[in-house]
Amino acid sequence: MQTPMAKLDDTLVRLGGVEKSFGAVKALVGVDLDIFRGECVGLVGHNGAGKSTLMNILAGVVAPDVGQFLIDGTEQRGYSPSGAKSHGIRCVFQELSVCPNLTVAENARVFHPSIRGFGWRRRAARLITEKLDEIFPGHGIAPSSLIADIAIGRRQMVEIARAFTVSDQPARLVILDEPTSSLDAQTAGQLLAHIRRSVASGLSCILISHILGEVLTTCDRIVVMRDGTVVAAGPAQAFDRARLIAAMGSAETKAERTTGPKAGLPRDGAPVRVRMRPARQQGDLELIAHEGDIVGLAGLAGHGQTALLLETFAASRRRNGRRNVTAPVAFVAGDRQSDGVFPLWSISRNIGIRSLAALRVGPFISQRLEDGLAGRWRARIGIRTQDTQDNILSLSGGNQQKALFARALASDARIVLMDDPMRGVDHSTKLEVYDLIRKEANSGRTFLWYTTETEELTNCDRVYVFRDGVIVAHLAGADVTEEQVIQSSFSGAP
Amino acid sequence: MSQAVVALFRRPWIWSFVGALFVWLAAVAFTGGTGAGGMLTAALSLAVFTVIVGLGQMFVVTLGPGNVDLSLPANIGLASAVAMKTMGGDDHLIALGLCLAVGAGIGVGMVNYLLIRALRIPPIIATLSASFFIQSIDISYGRGLQIKPPDGFADFTNIQILGVPLLALIILVFTLGASVTLHRTIFGRSVSAIGQNIRAARLAGVRVDLVRFATYVLCGGLGGLDGALLAGYFHGANVDIGNEYLLASIAVVVIGGTSVAGGKANVPGVWGGALFLVLLLTMLNTFGVSAGVRLLLTGLIIVAVVTVAGGAKPERQ
Repeated sequence: MQTPMAKLDDTLVRLGGVEKSFGAVKALVGVDLDIFRGECVGLVGHNGAGKSTLMNILAGVVAPDVGQFLIDGTEQRGYSPSGAKSHGIRCVFQELSVCPNLTVAENARVFHPSIRGFGWRRRAARLITEKLDEIFPGHGIAPSSLIADIAIGRRQMVEIARAFTVSDQPARLVILDEPTSSLDAQTAGQLLAHIRRSVASGLSCILISHILGEVLTTCDRIVVMRDGTVVAAGPAQAFDRARLIAAMGSAETKAERTTGPKAGLPRDGAPVRVRMRPARQQGDLELIAHEGDIVGLAGLAGHGQTALLLETFAASRRRNGRRNVTAPVAFVAGDRQSDGVFPLWSISRNIGIRSLAALRVGPFISQRLEDGLAGRWRARIGIRTQDTQDNILSLSGGNQQKALFARALASDARIVLMDDPMRGVDHSTKLEVYDLIRKEANSGRTFLWYTTETEELTNCDRVYVFRDGVIVAHLAGADVTEEQVIQSSFSGAP
Repeated sequence: MSQAVVALFRRPWIWSFVGALFVWLAAVAFTGGTGAGGMLTAALSLAVFTVIVGLGQMFVVTLGPGNVDLSLPANIGLASAVAMKTMGGDDHLIALGLCLAVGAGIGVGMVNYLLIRALRIPPIIATLSASFFIQSIDISYGRGLQIKPPDGFADFTNIQILGVPLLALIILVFTLGASVTLHRTIFGRSVSAIGQNIRAARLAGVRVDLVRFATYVLCGGLGGLDGALLAGYFHGANVDIGNEYLLASIAVVVIGGTSVAGGKANVPGVWGGALFLVLLLTMLNTFGVSAGVRLLLTGLIIVAVVTVAGGAKPERQ
């Protein structure tokens, strides 16, 4: 297992035989991983493969049960988040960790205790703004904005930029866990370019992503995890998409793209389910979705797509909104912490909450019916857990997301609103969910689907492109291509 | 067997009962065994009144941070006057008096939620300011007079069966109902969902406004019921009759293991907390300590119980 001594000099971090269990769940079963100076390591694997747990160990949030953990060749004992910081290890977590009640600048200050004394707010603002300018030119984020008031994509940009800022302690290893999950294609590209520049100047990076394309193009080396251990590792050139998918596990191979026929377009015969206009929309463009439609909402992140979904949801709850939204609605949150998960409840209760009326026997909710529903959807959507009675937070991020899908699809809703719902969901699950959505659509359900992954839009029958809070283009059928969408998001013309 | 005991001690409400048992034993040890049963009977009689409002407060607190009903004392005071005036000493009007008292409480709950919702005032301020209105209505309505209950009603609130107050048995059944409501009905689930994450609850289809409204009305109605029963038990209504239930209603909720952060309610703990508070007072009175020391010890012991009970760890960081 030992690598040659000559290489040790370049080794920044070494993990040897690391194991970690949460109760009965073995998250890591003997992981060996070296990170060298000035390289970008891609880490891929299914939801629940142990990637996030491994990163939490590096971040000092979780202590390994067994195993060797060396930084600069020194064994770490009593390692903590502050220890990680003093060694220059920075983390961008999948669950965003900026404080929503503070401003962008104040969040930067929280991370840099050395900024103190008169004018600290101004200096913190300058530090974070300079880094945002460097990574995301044209980001449009004011340092005095409250985090709670900015869209999740911009929050993620702040979180990323903050991890790269340097005051008194160096940044030597930046770990990015699904950093592009809320970013649109353009900002994601800016980030990946920045990673390459940083690595060239000697920084190390770990990039965890389910978007295999960006891992293949950005990383020097790729490590594949499965079931809590490393199953493949090597230089990025040695891999391609197919090899990565094969290494990640067998679940992949069966679910090759079956987008299915985009039956009968446009659906003029079918009843209109949703008819909405953004508040600031001029002219006669409006969003129309018929029964059985899969309608995509595209454009750069935070340009009014989520707002329209929320308006649609609100309209469905109002008596006078029934004209525009003509069937029951369910919402699949992408920002699962603030919009989706009930942290005190079991997986079963989290799935059942949208369907309580149907789970009753007489006036009382039946535990048997609720567990039955959860059990069926665990099997159907592949939620990785031994027991649906376990707390929802015992699931990995991607599996929590699957539970939210199950909540919506198990309900009586005929219209499903999806707010960039694939955050942190692995490749094979995505393919399965795409299939499921297509099947549900064919049986008459309507989907409104906001996504930041342009590739995903090819699953849609039609796409509305948003810019500055209004619809600027409507693409249908063969026009739904990545190029068309990107072109429309910038120029506004279809 | 031992597993069952371990499981029992992992429930947050068990500590309030353990605390109640300890203070009772301490008091009994002090008196050398005399009056042990009488102490329990008296404790049950008094604890019932805290349980009734404690259950209402529990539902409100479970709605999430900032939700609390501070109007209970004023509500109890007004309801006691409404009940006694309506009954007017006539046994035939007991049912009507009870209904009107509960109705007054429900009215208070509706006003509370109206202030919270329509004027967007935080619940703690809304219910506090509502209590000033209610109190002044009570003063002008009751004219500060002590009004006597009908004999039948006073007797009813004091009936005992083998040393157990009838009222305690009735409220015990009612408590079981509250527990079923909390765990097995859409309303109970909705309260818990709102307390954990109000945004997610709304997006999951929970009727947030209706459920919050119903919760404040429920709490108000229970306050009204409590006022009527208290007036019967203490042989008369007065403005200050509910004063001690402001802190007591919140204390039993917290001691009983309900999360102040919302989302997690605990029904048995309300009984444990109420018995504990009453027995604690009994014990300190038995010891004959002065009023100042009594308050000091009450505070310290509550802190101790809450600390022990709060030791349970979350399931994952």
